[in-house]
Amino acid sequence: MRRIISVLLENEPGALSRVVGLFSQRNYNIETLTVAPTEDETLSRLTVTTTGSDKVIEQITKQLNKLIEVVKLVDLTEGAHIERELMLVKLKATGSQRAEIKRTVDIFRGQIVDVTSSVYTVQLAGDSDKLDGFIQAVGTSGVLEVVRTGVSGIARGEKVLSL
Amino acid sequence: MELLSGADMLIRSLQDEGIEYIYGYPGGAALHIYDALFRQDKVKHILVRHEQAAVHMADGYARATGKPGTVLVTSGPGATNTITGIATAFMDSIPMVVLCGQVASHLIGEDAFQETDMIGVSRPVVKHNLSVRHPEEIPEVIRKAYYIAATGRPGPVVVDIPKDMTTPNERYEYSYPKKVKLRSYNPAIRGHAGQIKKAVDMLLAAKRPVIYAGGGVILGKASNQLTELTRMLGYPLTNTLMGIGCYPASDKQHLGWLGMHGTYEANMAMHHSDLILCVGARFDDRVTNATEKFCPGARIIHIDIDPASISKTVEADVPIVGPVDAVLKEMLALVKESKDKPDADALASWWKQIDEWRAFHGMRYETSPDVIKPQEVIELLCKLTNGEAFVTSDVGQHQMFAAQYYKFDKPNRWINSGGLGTMGFGLPAAMGVKLTHPDDEVLCITGEGSIQMNIQELSTCKQYNLPVKIINLNNQALGMVKQWQDMNYESRHSQSYMESLPDFIKLAEAYGHVGVRIEKKEDLESKLKEVLAMKDKLVFVDIYVDRFEHVYPMQVARGSMKDMWLSKTERV
Ligand SMILES: Cc1ncc(C[n+]2csc(CCOP(=O)(O)OP(=O)(O)O)c2C)c(N)n1
Ligand SMILES: [Mg+2]
Repeated sequence: MRRIISVLLENEPGALSRVVGLFSQRNYNIETLTVAPTEDETLSRLTVTTTGSDKVIEQITKQLNKLIEVVKLVDLTEGAHIERELMLVKLKATGSQRAEIKRTVDIFRGQIVDVTSSVYTVQLAGDSDKLDGFIQAVGTSGVLEVVRTGVSGIARGEKVLSL
Repeated sequence: MELLSGADMLIRSLQDEGIEYIYGYPGGAALHIYDALFRQDKVKHILVRHEQAAVHMADGYARATGKPGTVLVTSGPGATNTITGIATAFMDSIPMVVLCGQVASHLIGEDAFQETDMIGVSRPVVKHNLSVRHPEEIPEVIRKAYYIAATGRPGPVVVDIPKDMTTPNERYEYSYPKKVKLRSYNPAIRGHAGQIKKAVDMLLAAKRPVIYAGGGVILGKASNQLTELTRMLGYPLTNTLMGIGCYPASDKQHLGWLGMHGTYEANMAMHHSDLILCVGARFDDRVTNATEKFCPGARIIHIDIDPASISKTVEADVPIVGPVDAVLKEMLALVKESKDKPDADALASWWKQIDEWRAFHGMRYETSPDVIKPQEVIELLCKLTNGEAFVTSDVGQHQMFAAQYYKFDKPNRWINSGGLGTMGFGLPAAMGVKLTHPDDEVLCITGEGSIQMNIQELSTCKQYNLPVKIINLNNQALGMVKQWQDMNYESRHSQSYMESLPDFIKLAEAYGHVGVRIEKKEDLESKLKEVLAMKDKLVFVDIYVDRFEHVYPMQVARGSMKDMWLSKTERV
């Protein structure tokens, strides 16, 4: 099953490599990984999406917790949560394609953020399925370049991940 | 406040940490530190002949004393030479701090002379690693390193020290922190009361219980609690290779050790049990055999300080995270006050069954009128040293024979590389033990293959007068490899012979020690007595043993715990 694990990590050099190393060393999957500073400058927040059986996921969270620099973590998929990913896509856009793409971007609530005579650059945010859906809708043949940030997530409601 | 250079601060921190010995080897990036070492006499440095040996020495010291060992090496090759030793300590959860020199900060990343990213290289085999970024941090970094190494589930910690952190004429205020606090590292200090209660209820209701104890009992200094609880319940106990000595081997409730080369009765009892109380062990693949066939009728209580060890390979029914001594103490109190008692009838028939298994195999082996059997060498050594020696071993058949036939009644005396299986561990580990136990007998039981992996340390033994006894069970082969080739590859002995062995007697003599060769069975006892009488000499005893012997019992690959070879021809 796919899981989103969100980690508060000491903001120190080498901390990230320990997390990444753990995944490769123990043969766990990483589908996406994002990391950025938080409002507390001593902490970074890292979000990793992974897949595995319940047993593997339990090991992943336990092994992550063992890392000295991991302060706290939560498996967001255990409860209600919001998940977002940002995507920038360059699409071939000439002639009648231009109107067609514009319509599809609107349906997906994206924005065209850069334009040339033959190319549109589109920005789109949402859960990973929505981003996949957009690529499918415009058809891979017109896609020149895709860049995705990987998943960030947060729990719904009152629950917060903090110290 | 005192003003000290980084190098002096480092050595002072070691003093304030109470470190008696460090094992190491100098080089460019560590020279400021070596100079600071020279100008004091509290911390004693042992100069090895290869950095790997320094780590195994620190490791042997740690296993025998329960205190963290300390290593000091230079950058680059000095640091990389420690990796096998660090990995060995990591796999067996041995507390240790490895101090590595590093090129100066401004050179890092430039492929400078003797630069290796030791933080990166060591990462998968350490509990943690730290690098010093400012000389003033040194006392705190050192305090942290020992704190992390020795608490919770212990393990090795590497400290990377760029050369400019130890510059002699740059001085800073020194004070050694009494305590460190890490917000993200809080090892459990007691188990969950509800879980402990549940475990005790299950324990008292069991009909065919087995206690399965591991190295965690020794590391957690919980042998007394374990022994008391086991005796109070009257239940059978087996331990892992790493747990040898956690419960007296001579006691009738002890079934010997379990797993791949465990006793018939221990493996049978595990397989047929209805309840396993696992204390400080980790259901390693060398214990469980195929996990899907593991102990089908057993419910499992698992006590461990490391939550990640629980339900990793075998699902626990009652997990208890906590230090084994504290948890066992609480269990003892509950057992004492409980009005439920173990089911005496069930226990009697369980013991009757176990005694039948015990009688069936009983660790028998065939003897011969003229060939020396490795098993009888170990039995004799056990007798001649009253089972009280510290025994280190290397890896192979000799290791298994030593563990099977030397009967340890006390913890911390059986010292081997169980998790990583590192050939070359035995001699330096024995040296680390002998240094701090000069009046105890220290035996290194080895093979002619393994001993050659760190044989240069005979020179260190000379320099520091470390009269260990090296017992070389010389079968003129990489015996364990050969055994597997006999069993799985129709005896095609690919690269498992040791041709052109050195003359170990002359070699020992060349290093300034005594060498004794034993070839005839009738000489064995008298010569071993002579060897043990040479108290102040390192003696290299080269014993020609049966070249065709195999280690049994041996679990059948991918079988259950109860599927074993009992000899070359008997399979159960
Ligand atoms: C460093 C290292 N390399 C290889 C092995 C694989 N190995 C395990 S046992 C063994 C043979 C050991 O031979 P010896 O020391 O003579 O012991 P014996 O089995 O003959 O008693 C080997 C090569 C190992 N455990 N460690
Ligand atoms: Mg051999």
